[in-house]
Amino acid sequence: MADTLKDMLRYDLTFDCVQCGYCLPVCPTYETMERETHSPRGRINLIKMVAEGKASVEDLKQPIDKCLGCMACTTVCPTDVKYGQLFESAKHVIDEYEEKTFIQQKTEHFLFHSFFPSAAWMDQLGNATWLYQVSGLQKAARRLNVMSAAPLHLDKFEQVLPPAPSPKERHARKNRLHPDGPPKAVVAFFTGCVMDSVFFRQNEKTMELLRLSGAEVQLPKTQTCCGALHAHAGKEPEAVTLARENIRAFEETPVDYIVNNAGGCGAQLHKYGELFAGDPEWEERAKAFSDKVRDITEVLVELDGLEFTERVEETYTYQPSCHMTNVQKVKEPPLQLIRSVPGVTLKELDRPDFCCGSAGIYNITQHEDAMDILDVKMEDVKRQCPEGIVTTNPGCMLQMKLGIQREGLEEEIDTVHIVDLLMKAKPVAKKAVKA
Amino acid sequence: MHEWEEQLRALLSDKRVFTELADRYSYSFDASFGEHLPEVVVQPKTTEEVQTIMKIANQFGLAVTPRGQGTCLSGGPLPVKGGILLDMAQWPREINVFADDLIAVVTPSVLTADIHAAAENHGLMYPPDPSSAHVSTIGGNLAENSGGPRGLKYGVTKDFVIGLEIVTPEGEVMHTGGRTIKNVTGYDLTKLLVGSEGTLGVITKATLKLVPKPPAVQTMMAAFTDMATAGKAISKTLTSGVLPAKMEFMDRACIEAVERYRPSGLPTASEALLLIELDGHPETIKLEAEQVKQILLELKADPIITAESDEEAQKLWSARKLVSPAIATIKPTKISEDATVPRSRIPEMMERLKQIKEDYQVELVVFGHIGDGNLHPDIMCDQRDEEEMIRAEKAVAEIFRAALDLGGTLSGEHGIGTMKAPFMEQEMGEVGVSMLKRIKEAWDPNNIMNPGKIFAEKGQKLVLRDG
Ligand SMILES: Cc1cc2nc3c(=O)[nH]c(=O)nc-3n(C[C@H](O)[C@H](O)[C@H](O)COP(=O)(O)OP(=O)(O)OC[C@H]3O[C@@H](n4cnc5c(N)ncnc54)[C@H](O)[C@@H]3O)c2cc1C
Ligand code: SF4
Ligand code: SF4
Repeated sequence: MADTLKDMLRYDLTFDCVQCGYCLPVCPTYETMERETHSPRGRINLIKMVAEGKASVEDLKQPIDKCLGCMACTTVCPTDVKYGQLFESAKHVIDEYEEKTFIQQKTEHFLFHSFFPSAAWMDQLGNATWLYQVSGLQKAARRLNVMSAAPLHLDKFEQVLPPAPSPKERHARKNRLHPDGPPKAVVAFFTGCVMDSVFFRQNEKTMELLRLSGAEVQLPKTQTCCGALHAHAGKEPEAVTLARENIRAFEETPVDYIVNNAGGCGAQLHKYGELFAGDPEWEERAKAFSDKVRDITEVLVELDGLEFTERVEETYTYQPSCHMTNVQKVKEPPLQLIRSVPGVTLKELDRPDFCCGSAGIYNITQHEDAMDILDVKMEDVKRQCPEGIVTTNPGCMLQMKLGIQREGLEEEIDTVHIVDLLMKAKPVAKKAVKA
Repeated sequence: MHEWEEQLRALLSDKRVFTELADRYSYSFDASFGEHLPEVVVQPKTTEEVQTIMKIANQFGLAVTPRGQGTCLSGGPLPVKGGILLDMAQWPREINVFADDLIAVVTPSVLTADIHAAAENHGLMYPPDPSSAHVSTIGGNLAENSGGPRGLKYGVTKDFVIGLEIVTPEGEVMHTGGRTIKNVTGYDLTKLLVGSEGTLGVITKATLKLVPKPPAVQTMMAAFTDMATAGKAISKTLTSGVLPAKMEFMDRACIEAVERYRPSGLPTASEALLLIELDGHPETIKLEAEQVKQILLELKADPIITAESDEEAQKLWSARKLVSPAIATIKPTKISEDATVPRSRIPEMMERLKQIKEDYQVELVVFGHIGDGNLHPDIMCDQRDEEEMIRAEKAVAEIFRAALDLGGTLSGEHGIGTMKAPFMEQEMGEVGVSMLKRIKEAWDPNNIMNPGKIFAEKGQKLVLRDG
């Protein structure tokens, strides 16, 4: 192999950690798993030990698998340790070194090569959504009697999935939306793969909100999955391939912004520039792409084109997406928008930046641990006594629904995506103020 | 499985006894240098459990090293003799404030910042404020006798502890002090245990003294073009009848590093930047601020800034907070020292440090709690550069020598641990160290309580390199 383990594990980056421990109080897994092995400082040290040959890749697997990748640690680190890069390279090494069962390989191949990247799959399947599909795979595996892999606990998620749109609804979607007046901006909408199947309606609302705010909205047809789940699973080459496809797809027509409504996807899109660092052909193009990426809330605040016609007399709390806060560094716009809805009372969480435990597919692969983290979150939610929880990412939204269900609070607390809340207040285009 | 491991597992269950390599490595370090694998990591949650662990350790001759959150800067929680690593951080956290008695009773795992918050809820204050307060445990603070900027006016951890519950190295429970401020019954064992770095016993509970929270604070900043004048400003202020809560200092290298890292409009042409905080009644501190300003004006400090609002005060303090991340960009490895000298010798100490910087060609920056003479000369280097590390080791030894020459001490707040052990005799003399050793032997006849700390082994030298 050309690359040594030291290179692959980014050994050089581990020296930035001065082991001060400042990251311990913010790490959800250190709190719930109660050992330094599952803290940022412990993980970085183990990466170093493995690179130095003092411990094996196998020793590293569990601590890294149990990391949420929430990046809360990076926001408090005084020496700016590049934990995100260390984490993804550790994942990659573990993935390369691991001997997998045949069915694991098959499942992974299907998930990461065919399923997430494929708009066609999502489309053809109509209301057979991502999770149903994965669970179908699980059933098939069980029938073949080869299911030795960990159970996926998908049944628990089925109950909290929103009703899926009909194939007809799906096909009726236009590729371009025009505002009522002259466009204030031209934006391209990144639909996301999971977002566009399970959360089709939220995507429709997102586009409508952009349109009402005065933007011309385009939907590049050849876009694909952002690759976040691949990157977090250590499948860097696949993540790079998907990134290339997206960059190409969004280069077709010039736009002001590339808008998304899923915190996790947005974070990955932001990282494209970094992904191609040093690549003469792609670096510039990737940077240009990433520079245009915005969360829906940022764009709505900037365009400032909405006026609400109905009051929503409810108390909401807000669960920010970790990747939106810690990677995209978008914090204020969602709060600003929630506060702008007439009638809404916002009661913020005591620890909004504590991950909800959804973390990509962590709540499927590390179910028990994710539920421990969710329990901490739900205690905080209950203290605020809200009637609803606002989220900005599909994974968080499902996880919060699951949390509510586990607490038996379905009747009391509703979970919405921020675009649901905005649409509830019946927005219209703001009348132009006469000069 | 060893018999001792079986016994530990029977006591704590598998959930709180770790022998896997990944877990052992995760407790092999602190925020200083070196890496030592414990044989087992255990997480006691009650005093009785600690007692049993100590008895098992005595029976099998295993070393026991307590650890809080591992933020120590002198190697205190490193299990240098292997054995049992006692992770005290998972102990249930409890803070009970008895406002009428102005005390708080806390468990060892409580974070210092949580004590600050709990006291404030009652209009009270727990003054010791190490900058690691939001991470470090009170157990670690007590064991290291930690301090911070407020040490100038209020004192350090030892001045705020009036009672302890301890498990002795032989596994007995002992209570020292009590709940009263005045207490002269017997030797003051509380003070002996504070700062003992986990070598005399395991702290399982502490009774802390609180003070009324001052109603207002006033922050000021002043810059000087030479160190001698800055030194004068400190002594003039402290003899003028005003006792600031904090007097912090940054040298030119720090100022420049902060400006490079995040331009904050600091006067980069200055040799010394002072940050002063007064606290007390609003009317009083107004007068005091005026008095301090006069002193600064007379000494031609420029600029002199008096914060007009909380926001402005925070902005001034942010310069000091940025020192850590800013200097980290110079080089990745940080050697944090805390040599402390009598206040009148600060300018001389600064001269010596300048000389050391030149002699050994090291990146040396100085900041710290100048009001009480506690400087932080930090050497920024790169662990991978062997030759540079050797120069750094020599520079550190010189820093210690300079502090002692000027009538100061090796450590103002970080402790001796493994790092400064080789220099103990230089400060305390042969008799002093021998008396310490006799105390240690009497308390811990089997030498199992955090062995390898404070006392140097024959020929032990300061080594900051791995291997
Ligand atoms: C960035 C940074 C800034 C810092 N700033 C300051 C500062 O301003 N002032 C200052 O004084 N220090 C400072 N420190 C040093 C350090 O934070 C303190 O020494 C702190 O008290 C250590 O607490 P801990 O919980 O991490 O203990 P650890 O580091 O885990 O242990 C410290 C010592 O205490 C012993 N110990 C821990 N718990 C117990 C117990 N229950 N019973 C008996 N012994 C025990 C250990 O054996 C060890 O010897 C700083 C450190 C860092 C990394
Ligand atoms: S805060 Fe940063 S430097 Fe400190 S231990 Fe965590 S990762 Fe390392
Ligand atoms: S990414 Fe999140 S879970 Fe992982 S180490 Fe950092 S804070 Fe902990």
